[in-house]
Amino acid sequence: MADLTPADPGPRHILRGPAGGAALGGLIVPDQPCRAAEAGPRAALWLGPDEWLLLGFAAVETPFAVVDVGHRSLGFRLAGPRAAELLAGGVPLDLSPAAFPVGTCTRTIFEKAEIVLWRRAEAAWHIEVARSFAPYLCDMIAAIAAANGIGGQER
Amino acid sequence: MLLIRCPVCAMDRPELEFRHAGQAHVARPADPGAVDDAAWAAYLYLRDNPKGVVAERWRHVHGCGRFFNALRHTVSDRILATYPAGASRPEVAP
Ligand SMILES: [Zn+2]
Repeated sequence: MADLTPADPGPRHILRGPAGGAALGGLIVPDQPCRAAEAGPRAALWLGPDEWLLLGFAAVETPFAVVDVGHRSLGFRLAGPRAAELLAGGVPLDLSPAAFPVGTCTRTIFEKAEIVLWRRAEAAWHIEVARSFAPYLCDMIAAIAAANGIGGQER
Repeated sequence: MLLIRCPVCAMDRPELEFRHAGQAHVARPADPGAVDDAAWAAYLYLRDNPKGVVAERWRHVHGCGRFFNALRHTVSDRILATYPAGASRPEVAP
């Protein structure tokens, strides 16, 4: 089983600057590569040494550069015991819990689409994708699920 | 598929996430006005093409987005080392 559902359509921003370790909206902006920090509805995902994806921040009070990217990309949740197996059909990373533990996030690719992949729990994932690639992503996930006998609902 | 170690992400990552970005350690003349046309053309256009170990710029374009340098053997296609942009070329056994 693996269910693909739209994530909360909350605000999303890109934070740029030397912000690693800074306190922001009740969380600490992660300084370590490929780590995400989560506090309530808000999350900060490390994308690069001076770049983070902020999810759920209505307003960002910071001396660093912030760009609203809510019109650019949207998120999906993929959850279920076979979610990692399904993702492995399109993502060329090692998604075993040892190599990609809970709290890991990274920009990567899913087939031909660039995504941000975040493991929120052992069997719960967040996928961030450009809006124009969202139908492609959903179609590919459905195709991989069908080809591998992974049931689930797509909404 | 090649696995390439990104020195920024500190992880082995799949080749598909990277872009090649040309020869590394090509130094721009400090005073472009002082070099003649031949030297400027050589800086712009002339690159090494050895059989053996080359130092190249790579970019983790579908990852952290950052440039770094790699030593690659042009015969075996093995990547022998990766190191941050700006660091000097490490010594490796080919
Ligand atoms: Zn990287």
